[in-house]
Amino acid sequence: MVSITYIEADGTAHKVELAPGLTVMEGARDNGIPGIHADCGGACSCSTCHVYVAAEWIERLPPRDDLEQDMLEFAWEPDPVRSRLTCQIKVTPELDGLVVTLPERQA
Amino acid sequence: MTDKGVVIIGAGQAGFSAASKLRDLGHGGPITLIGNEPAPPYQRPPLSKAYLLGEMARERLFLRPPGFYAERDITLLTGCTATEIRREARQVVLSDGNALPYRRLLLATGARPRLLPGADLDGVLVMRSLADADRLAQACQPGLRLLVVGGGYIGLEAAASAVKLGLRVTLIEAAPRILNRVAAPQTSDYFRDLHLSRGVDLREGVGLAHLTGAGGRVTGAVLTDGSELPADLVVAGIGVLPNIELAQAAGLTCENGISTDEYCRTADPAIFAAGDCTSFPWRGGRIRLESVGNAIDQAEVAAANMLGAGQVYQAKPWFWSDQFDVKLQIAGLSGAHDRVVTRLGAGPARSHWYFDGDRLQAVDAMNDPRVFMVAKRVLERGGPVDAALVADPASDLRALLAG
Repeated sequence: MVSITYIEADGTAHKVELAPGLTVMEGARDNGIPGIHADCGGACSCSTCHVYVAAEWIERLPPRDDLEQDMLEFAWEPDPVRSRLTCQIKVTPELDGLVVTLPERQA
Repeated sequence: MTDKGVVIIGAGQAGFSAASKLRDLGHGGPITLIGNEPAPPYQRPPLSKAYLLGEMARERLFLRPPGFYAERDITLLTGCTATEIRREARQVVLSDGNALPYRRLLLATGARPRLLPGADLDGVLVMRSLADADRLAQACQPGLRLLVVGGGYIGLEAAASAVKLGLRVTLIEAAPRILNRVAAPQTSDYFRDLHLSRGVDLREGVGLAHLTGAGGRVTGAVLTDGSELPADLVVAGIGVLPNIELAQAAGLTCENGISTDEYCRTADPAIFAAGDCTSFPWRGGRIRLESVGNAIDQAEVAAANMLGAGQVYQAKPWFWSDQFDVKLQIAGLSGAHDRVVTRLGAGPARSHWYFDGDRLQAVDAMNDPRVFMVAKRVLERGGPVDAALVADPASDLRALLAG
């Protein structure tokens, strides 16, 4: 299992154990983490599963593709370096210990 | 049980979203979510795409894990059909004969596919439910000949997925062009070229005269131009019908859907409606939307209003479709427009902007998510839009958001 911590905008932290193969968005959904909407269900079509990745993790994640990059630009208060769409991040053993923070809102 | 609570008929995206929102808003009374399918609430959009292609496991379709409903004290009744609404008594009668009392009732009954004549033949399928997708996935064996009837989004997505699975695909559209009802000729042209280039035998202006069969199994079709087409499988993508029968039988007004006011309320103030089954006020008329975005947003407003919030539902229509390597994202509704402006983006990106005078109505963005996101913002804001700026591929669209 892979341990991932989601921190809500108010600081509430949720540490969950996820099976590899899911996405970081699905991990939030399946564990009832508030603040990730994912209206499109993971099709990279809505930008409502946006998070800020902890600084030390940015380089350790697979890079954004063009689609994610473009969608992120118009997410709620994106950060050019730390923002990611969680539906595009697959849970792998290498992500064990990942920490992401949720924005105040998604849209 | 003294509090009669909320009963929701329909456990699709709208029914699920309403149940979840009611708890988020602090509703402490009973919530019963009635679904006529065996599975817990799931996402439909991947069914014709990733799920059909075997790229997405069944569990990942579920909107929440099965334990969610008990944790949030939502009574989920699967495989259960509501057969009657007794408005006087404020009860919903179930297929098992039980009657459930309600204080507020939400109709989220969705829609069902229109069927072809001859739909009872083996090998004639539709694409709506998880069971439909499972049947289709099992039937889609490489080398088989598939006939898709209907060139709307569902038909085109099914055709694209089937080609990827190695089937030989013919798609027929009775109207002069695919996407005739929902998009401009420019968008039809784009997707016609895409499908033809991937080997789909796409024929427009020709409909189905009748299916042919032998021994109870489909063998092909006779088309309206007299041609005969052999087929091992047929998929109908000829639209859906809103599930309004329960509402009609209860005497609720229906006009191409269960009619609601701007508060998602039907003719009965205790009964609300949301999602694909619902006809609601829009720019002086009424519309019914078939989309996830509408199902979620409308259900959440209905949930708030069942608790007395008095929110007006303001639809912000948006849609998407994935076909081959093209992601189509649509913002707005193209209904009333007098011209379409094309913007060419980098590489394969292209978008079609629907204008009515200087007002933007909708945008079809193909592989151009930046355009889609800008268009959504522009449409939400309203006001005139400079078509010349849009048409200039070198312009920065952010200028549309300035000021």
